[in-house]
Amino acid sequence: MAASAESMQASSRGLILRLWRSSIGKKYVMAVTGLGLFGFVIIHLAGNLQIYLGPNAINAYGKLLKSNPAVLWSARFVLLAIVALHILTAIQLTKANRKARPVKYAAGKPVASTFAQRTIVISGLIILAFIIFHLGHFTIGFVDPQLLEYEDILGRHDVYRMMVTGFSNPIISIFYIISMGLLLLHLSHGVSSLFQSLGLRSKKTFGFFDKLAKGAALVLFLGNCSIPLSILLGIIK
Amino acid sequence: MNLTLRVWRQKNAKTAGQFVTYQARDISSEMSFLEMLDVVNEELIKSGEEQIAFDHDCREGICGSCGLVINGTPHGPLAATTSCQLHMRFFKDGDTITIEPWRAAPFPVIKDLVVDRTAFDRIIQAGGYVSVSTGGAPDGNAVSIPKDDADKAMDAAQCIGCGACVAACKNASAMLFVSAKISHLGLLPQGKVEADHRVLNMVAQMDEEGFGNCTNTGSCEAACPKEITLDNIARMNRSYAKAIFKSKLS
Repeated sequence: MAASAESMQASSRGLILRLWRSSIGKKYVMAVTGLGLFGFVIIHLAGNLQIYLGPNAINAYGKLLKSNPAVLWSARFVLLAIVALHILTAIQLTKANRKARPVKYAAGKPVASTFAQRTIVISGLIILAFIIFHLGHFTIGFVDPQLLEYEDILGRHDVYRMMVTGFSNPIISIFYIISMGLLLLHLSHGVSSLFQSLGLRSKKTFGFFDKLAKGAALVLFLGNCSIPLSILLGIIK
Repeated sequence: MNLTLRVWRQKNAKTAGQFVTYQARDISSEMSFLEMLDVVNEELIKSGEEQIAFDHDCREGICGSCGLVINGTPHGPLAATTSCQLHMRFFKDGDTITIEPWRAAPFPVIKDLVVDRTAFDRIIQAGGYVSVSTGGAPDGNAVSIPKDDADKAMDAAQCIGCGACVAACKNASAMLFVSAKISHLGLLPQGKVEADHRVLNMVAQMDEEGFGNCTNTGSCEAACPKEITLDNIARMNRSYAKAIFKSKLS
């Protein structure tokens, strides 16, 4: 009896809607979009590290990325959708969580949880502010429109010069480094947590996922921070 | 030993509560935490004051009735121990102990330290059972159960439904409780038949009751007096995906 009611409900409402309305379904959304964004930051760093190969390499890479507008805009659209879903879901989950726990305890410390875990919403929000600034800085150009107009001798956008000029401002570089610190915090919990949400983590594999999360977060932090630091220290000119 | 207690006093669900300070005098280190409260209550009776209300039943750590947040930790500082099994030898003379009720919107305070946990009962009613057909009783050993499954099911069956997981969780999530029931019943052959609906219906009821969402911090696991692990939540997350896709396909 319950089985037929269940399947009727399923067919009438649709799988996606049902997932979206359930707590566990929303956690899947957080996990899958989080995994997508984790993949993006890895590729993004790998691309940017080409600055160490000199202007030609990174400018050619920049040209490659923009060579096919259809691919570029599809990728941008998908990324934006993933970001939007990740944030929207986070807002809904956080609202529900706050509602479920309106009164805090007067005494004691939180049980077992880590700083990175408890601050994941705040680190996420600051990273969002950073992403907006970062896009304004190097993609849209509302920070310094000139940065996007540099051209190299081959007539390509001079990504190298844009990065060197952009990061020569210590205040901006420090903001980038702080933001990367928050990304480190965010990913050190998030990357392991997403496998738990997808039901793929266990006591046996916890150590592996925990090391993966912390290791990857640290590599991303060091890689990303190396660029503004190298520029500020004059290693990249 | 002598102790100072800061106890949450609240007349009923509608009135606002507050902390009231009491002195617990001549407490033996052999007493359980609840016996210490009994002593304080005896004094309150003598002086004509209202006793401190707290839940308790078996006082041997298996019924799930007791549940106090002691110094910010559900069931107090000792791991894998219910409030009733926590003994006063874990405290020092002169300590100040703060005692609060479980804090969660789906667990409203009834009085003082007693909360209404019927939300858990409704979750159980939604699917936390195994339907049994009438007729002759089958032979107990007729169905083989892999040792590994039996062990995991029995570990999950340790859950006494006290709600410490909800109390410890910063989001008041009930996922450790629900996942323990889903593992306990769903891993065994008798419970597998209803496994899909069980997970779908229990999770739906859990959401309906207004419990929060799991952020995988592990506070629940640390506070659980029966050491239910996060593995159960991962299993529930897997089972839910399987069940919801299957329900769509059929």
